[in-house]
Amino acid sequence: MHSAVDKPALSPARLAIHAVLLVAVLLYLVPLVVMLLTSFKTPEDIGTGNLLSWPTAITTVGWVKAWGTVSGYFWNSILITVPAVAISTAIGALNGYVLSMWRFRGSQLFFGLLLFGCFLPFQTVLLPASFTLGKLGLASTTTGLVLVHVVYGLAFTTLFFRNFYVSIPDALVKAARLDGAGFFTIFRRIILPMSTPIIMVCLIWQFTQIWNDFLFGVVFSSGDSQPITVALNNLVNTSTGAKEYNVDMAAAMIAGLPTLLVYVVAGKYFVRGLTAGAVKG
Amino acid sequence: MATLELRNVNKTYGSGLPDTLKDIQLAIKDGEFLILVGPSGCGKSTLMNCIAGLEQITGGAILIDQQDVSGMSPKDRDIAMVFQSYALYPTMSVRENIEFGLKIRKMPQAAIDEEVARVAKLLQIEHLLARKPAQLSGGQQQRVAMGRALARRPKIYLFDEPLSNLDAKLRVEMRTEMKLMHQRLKTTTVYVTHDQIEAMTLGDKVAVMKDGIIQQFGTPQQIYNDPANQFVASFIGSPPMNFVPVRVTAQSGCLVAVLDSGQARCELPLAGAAAELEGREVILGIRPEQIALGGAQGNGLPGIRAEVQVTEPTGPDLLVFVTLNQTKVCCRLAPDVACRVGDTLALQFDPARVLLFDAASGERLRLASTTASVMDNAAASTGR
Repeated sequence: MHSAVDKPALSPARLAIHAVLLVAVLLYLVPLVVMLLTSFKTPEDIGTGNLLSWPTAITTVGWVKAWGTVSGYFWNSILITVPAVAISTAIGALNGYVLSMWRFRGSQLFFGLLLFGCFLPFQTVLLPASFTLGKLGLASTTTGLVLVHVVYGLAFTTLFFRNFYVSIPDALVKAARLDGAGFFTIFRRIILPMSTPIIMVCLIWQFTQIWNDFLFGVVFSSGDSQPITVALNNLVNTSTGAKEYNVDMAAAMIAGLPTLLVYVVAGKYFVRGLTAGAVKG
Repeated sequence: MATLELRNVNKTYGSGLPDTLKDIQLAIKDGEFLILVGPSGCGKSTLMNCIAGLEQITGGAILIDQQDVSGMSPKDRDIAMVFQSYALYPTMSVRENIEFGLKIRKMPQAAIDEEVARVAKLLQIEHLLARKPAQLSGGQQQRVAMGRALARRPKIYLFDEPLSNLDAKLRVEMRTEMKLMHQRLKTTTVYVTHDQIEAMTLGDKVAVMKDGIIQQFGTPQQIYNDPANQFVASFIGSPPMNFVPVRVTAQSGCLVAVLDSGQARCELPLAGAAAELEGREVILGIRPEQIALGGAQGNGLPGIRAEVQVTEPTGPDLLVFVTLNQTKVCCRLAPDVACRVGDTLALQFDPARVLLFDAASGERLRLASTTASVMDNAAASTGR
């Protein structure tokens, strides 16, 4: 081991490691490269060249057309995702706060049952959810879709916050109670300011889940209120006219960009937040 | 400034579970310093949480200034508490930590500033006010935690093992400082500790607890000189009291306890021992510092010759271990006593100072000569 570290020259073992890593990198990068290259090609160019060939002329025609087609749905997705993420995170934080620091009789059982929500496949809740939305008069509305995402996400957000808060010493809450602070004051002034890492984890997780969701989107929305994932599917799966691969690829890139952006901006908190509880014990 | 009284306080975490606190009965006067001491799991922290209102009692009453506060929420009891972990709010600066309780109570900002300045000066933390708790050392955090409690000027301070997270040297310093502080402020204080030295040095009154029951309640001197049972006797004092099993026999009309060092025998007269003790096995309790080196002076005290097995020079003292009745016995001697392992020492005991305990129950077997202090003790433990 020691010599392998010291030796600047490439030993066979090192070469093998690098080779494997290189293959893995290519495996992940090639689809992205193909998408990017294709999105900047003209339809004729796509027809004549191969997948990995450089565009004969770089054109943004595909991107412009894609944006024209999906921009409305892009805003739909934002209108669905932002409130759903915000509400589910807020309620999850409050749930976690209660379940870790204001335990009541049966709160452990309550938490256990709530955890089941994490293991429920989307498909099982489709019918009950659609029935409920119908009763509430929210069928095929953005509000309805937000509600479904909030309820489905609560199991996860509660789990995140509860597990983060159990690592905070009880004495903090006791001290604040003796200082005269009440339930919400303690939450707002003491607990929330300590929660940045787990809030970030929750935001990223929920944003990714809800933005990328297809099933709830396709079931609980229709027409002009559909999220971008559904619109992308509709665009790609059209059976009329010639396939415009450059438009498809550009639209797919547009659909994927926001999640990437969230990772870049808040990603460092993600790893930190996931390990925070583990390290402090 | 307040009196505190606990009347038959009970606490259980559910029927069928053992009681965490059983019939806790004690009272302290305005400005007194009460120590709750006992091994971990004895219920002392639970009792403190009950006084604070962080946990509900299931029976009895807690009275502050004669007013029953059992049903009140913590914030209405006007109590401040210092926690073992300090429980400083990590996202707030030292100043904000101290201010927090005052702001919640809607004190005007000018008064808050004045109060923070007073407390910071008192505790010498003025230069730390802008820092966050994570930037402070353990001792500094401890001071801030105390500052937070002092700022409110509550009726009662509660301290939950406040010094146990400090290193040994700092702990001794802070102990003295806390005593000074209490002498100056004269606020009624309840202090939980498992450290018997803190209990002896800080308290006006000490309650020794075990298994949710107060074993003895009294002044440190009463607890030390006149323990109610073997548990109290063993818990208070360092090095701890020696417990030697002895047989009580009658010797020319007087009861005596027989000690055997392997080299010699000695009959310790038990003046005032009840006649029914004759022939029984009892536990003889004697503190290490009450064993003296027998000299040639011939003061008439009973003595015994015993072989030195281990010596531990601690600096101010020399601890010598000998064997009496097959039990290791520690003797606290002057450091200049010249003795080595294997030497034979002449040791003396003052029969008036030894205590007897029941071998089975550990209860104190009182001798008639100590009746007076028994009365004192009974008066103290009712707390009236």
